[in-house]
Amino acid sequence: MSKWVLKGLHTGIRTTAYPDQEETAPGVSPGRPRSAHWTGGDDPQELLSRCPTGALGLEGQKIFVDDQRCIHCFRCLRGLRNPAEWEKGYEWAAVIGDGSPSSLGKAFGRSLHIRCVDGGACGACLSEIEQLSKPHYNIHRLGFFITPTPRDADLLLVAGPVTDHLRLPLKKAYEAMPAPKRVLAVGACALSGGVFGPSFASGAGVKECIPADFGIPGCPPPPLAIIHGLLLSVSRKPLVSPRLSGSMVGRKR
Amino acid sequence: MDRPMEPTKEWEFLSQESARRWPGQVRLRFTAGEKSCLVELSTGVLADLCTFLFLEAEFTLASLIIEEKPPDWHLRYIFYGDRGGGPIHLLLRVPQMDPTVPSISRYVHAADWHEREAEDLFGLTFEGHPRLGDFVLHEEWPEGVNPMRSSFDASKPYVHRELEPEWRPARIVQAPGAFMMPIGPVYSDFAESAHFLLETVGEDVIRTIPRFFYKYRGVEKIAEGKTIEQALLLAERFSGTSAFAHSLAFCQAVEKIARVEVPPRARALRRFLAELERFRHHVAAIAGICQSTALAVATSQAAILEEEILRLSGMFTGHRYLFGLNLPGGLTTDFSDDCTKKTTAAAEDLLKKLLDLQEMLRFSSSFLDRLEEVGIVPKERALSYGLVGPIARASGVIRDLRRTLPYAGYESVDFSIPGEEEGDGYARLRILFREAEQSVSIMRQVASSLPAGPGVFSPPAPQSGAALGWVEAPRGAAFHWVRLGENGQVARYRITPPSFTNWHGFHLAAEDFAFQDFPIIMATFGLSNAEADR
Repeated sequence: MSKWVLKGLHTGIRTTAYPDQEETAPGVSPGRPRSAHWTGGDDPQELLSRCPTGALGLEGQKIFVDDQRCIHCFRCLRGLRNPAEWEKGYEWAAVIGDGSPSSLGKAFGRSLHIRCVDGGACGACLSEIEQLSKPHYNIHRLGFFITPTPRDADLLLVAGPVTDHLRLPLKKAYEAMPAPKRVLAVGACALSGGVFGPSFASGAGVKECIPADFGIPGCPPPPLAIIHGLLLSVSRKPLVSPRLSGSMVGRKR
Repeated sequence: MDRPMEPTKEWEFLSQESARRWPGQVRLRFTAGEKSCLVELSTGVLADLCTFLFLEAEFTLASLIIEEKPPDWHLRYIFYGDRGGGPIHLLLRVPQMDPTVPSISRYVHAADWHEREAEDLFGLTFEGHPRLGDFVLHEEWPEGVNPMRSSFDASKPYVHRELEPEWRPARIVQAPGAFMMPIGPVYSDFAESAHFLLETVGEDVIRTIPRFFYKYRGVEKIAEGKTIEQALLLAERFSGTSAFAHSLAFCQAVEKIARVEVPPRARALRRFLAELERFRHHVAAIAGICQSTALAVATSQAAILEEEILRLSGMFTGHRYLFGLNLPGGLTTDFSDDCTKKTTAAAEDLLKKLLDLQEMLRFSSSFLDRLEEVGIVPKERALSYGLVGPIARASGVIRDLRRTLPYAGYESVDFSIPGEEEGDGYARLRILFREAEQSVSIMRQVASSLPAGPGVFSPPAPQSGAALGWVEAPRGAAFHWVRLGENGQVARYRITPPSFTNWHGFHLAAEDFAFQDFPIIMATFGLSNAEADR
């Protein structure tokens, strides 16, 4: 069995330096459109009409992006003379709703137990969550632990639009958690229903079902964005924006 | 246009057999251009003809598609096989006044879940089927509500009954100490939501009763009335880990309806991206298998490769899971020859590391002990369940749509289809390794001979019609049936994903093995619930 030990040692450390340093490796994030002043000249309607989820809106002369709805379809970027501004980065997590930020506080800063619940996710969000405990991200080094039971969990990670069939299991998982507890909604589906909801079979995100405190936009949010959300929930990262931008201005078509 | 013609060589057997066995009862139509065969038949001959195709002609069931065409229901049974000549569509018309159809699943077991699904979602009755009811729709749905019928309004939330789950399937195992072990729907660390009841007498799992469709998002229903671009998002995102394959199948169906030819460069790039996705999927599945056996270093090694491929995909296309690339008519963006070559070189480098890992695993006895002769699916069972993809190929059913019904220019590609005979967990693992190797080889071939010309195209004008698109997705054969209405909007969309086909046969592998093998068998199947539930 020593060959495995040697192999592991030989591989060396692959883990990202985030959050101490910014991760600059290419391909860690798809990026996203950014709210910006419209400088394209002509009518911005062509750009706005390209957005399939109504994430783009117009406020005066400003193109406004509803992060909760953006699904990185690149339709506002590719094949347009005046594309939307696209930003790199991954520190996307924010507080949901208008209330004051309610992190779990420093007491959980060194040891936070997380239960992950699939609310009908397509698999990409779950795959990104799974990467968290793999060598490149290794959240255990930050004191975050995945637990198999909600009874041990301080934080509930929910992905997917919450299908009707999963509403009850999700509620039960939430109720089984001891207080204080927080809920982190992962991905566009969990925030707004994404491309699936609301419909006859699924809802418009987690907050319809249980109170959600933090949200991570993205389809799927890259692992670094999820780490940002975890850090946020225990006040180890400052709130970049006070809450998720977007008041559902655009209409879903 | 459809015009009757003489059967081509591939279909002669069918016209001869039907003239001999069912004279005057079936009508065969062969479509020029698109290779396929349409058989119109009556309920009387359905079971006989399906049995003939499935058991004698060695065809397998691709899909069962139900369409509402007042005053009738149209049932389209699609089969495909290795004889060439494309898929065969059996079209059965049943009056809506009396929607009773003879069940074929007694003879064609692969149709079992298709019939159960159709009974639940459309309210059709399949006479002779032993287990109808409560399949896709769980107990909170009252009987008699069939969401796939056109009379059902899918736009607003459906008010369900508030019920505690009361699913209690009958216990078969009667022995001292026998009990039912529930697993799910929320279980394990990152597992997808699904529910399993294991009937056991201590150690051995005697029966596995799965319950799926917790993740039923009604994708086929909510696609109705949407434009092609809107529906494309659903096709791409209902299964995020095989997004490119499914969006490709959808685009190919739309392209067939609009009769557009995809230019060679886009077809080549589609092959490239499809293989990149397969490579990533297989590495992720290998990581899953290593994790299920708790071999920590190997898990980490495979997981490092998986993340490297995700980053490579992100670098190459902008999206780690290859979202937003396919468009009817081509791709949304072009890739430079240089970029494609660099990506291939990076993939080759990762493959080398993967094969190193394979060598190490081959000689790790503690690992092999957990996989060898565990979770066996014998070949005859794989055939009768119509299993697809790496799972079928590990059981000796060596069939791959890239070869059987070539698409996207795969006929010009040189690749081998690995096959194994044992049908156990280790055979499935070996298939994953060998297919990953083939995928990188295909990427290399594409990159070294990328045709010049445009790669980005404007989508074709919407046209009405219906067509079947298919791909060999990473988990196996996927079929997408798309019907566009007069306004160019989707009138009917039916997806038959490989996970749906293969979960049907999962119990074969899980039964008669010990409890602690269950997660390992599940990992060697590597299926997705999002893909199966839709």
